[in-house]
Amino acid sequence: MTATVPLNAYLILSAVLFAIGVTGVLIRRNALVIFMSIELMLNAVNLTFVAFSRFLHSMDGQIIVLFVMAVAAAEVAVGLAIIIALYRNKESLNVDEINLLKG
Amino acid sequence: MEWLVFVPLAAMALITAVLVIVLRNPVYCALSLIGTFFALSGIYLLLQAQFIAVVQVIVYAGAIMVLFLFVVMLLDLGHELPAWLQRDRPRVLLGICVTLLLLVELVIPIGFRTPHGPQGPYTSELVGAVGNTQLVGRLLFTEFLIPFEITSIILLIAIIGVMVLARR
Repeated sequence: MTATVPLNAYLILSAVLFAIGVTGVLIRRNALVIFMSIELMLNAVNLTFVAFSRFLHSMDGQIIVLFVMAVAAAEVAVGLAIIIALYRNKESLNVDEINLLKG
Repeated sequence: MEWLVFVPLAAMALITAVLVIVLRNPVYCALSLIGTFFALSGIYLLLQAQFIAVVQVIVYAGAIMVLFLFVVMLLDLGHELPAWLQRDRPRVLLGICVTLLLLVELVIPIGFRTPHGPQGPYTSELVGAVGNTQLVGRLLFTEFLIPFEITSIILLIAIIGVMVLARR
């Protein structure tokens, strides 16, 4: 084993975290847990950016991660407001039951 | 030597991530996600991105997950239906198969080769000499000024949107 951790280790960890997030979105029926899985996916992408930023000797990755975090914060706020409005109208957070638009 | 720090942090990140999608009580899922964020923050420190590591703890674990926990406890859902594994078994298996396919497609092209790219000027020695936070600040206000200003507008729009959506 080399002394330092190679870039591939970070990339594989990030890919597995992203895949776990995708599994969470596909499997779970609770809207809040689906939202948490989306945040997991965003964090996996952040890890990829920071890993490349270190191994390509560039700071662009870390700046982009900063913007991703700001946008993720805004998205979480708006998404949770939507979920609260949804719960007020339907009294359930099971995404299988939210099917008023279904043909 | 770096492996001694990387392997436990990566294991903690993976285990807590799997717990997020497996546990039934949404409060436990949120707490597991906070554990994932702390593990990722440690990995960012290993990658010499000290500013991002601290911002990860402050913003993600300290603000976003607190918001999540507020909403989870406000809506007071209790446990998800325990029959999600028995009743929806075909859908769960299909989801896992699709995810494994995605994982294979992500790992095989780039997981085992050494990516090459144009090397930038910010080597580890330069970042260590000037300071990670100072460099991020310097770049944020010169080269990335326009995205920075647009981000402030995004946050303002998000605030207005939340106030409109959450009103009775």
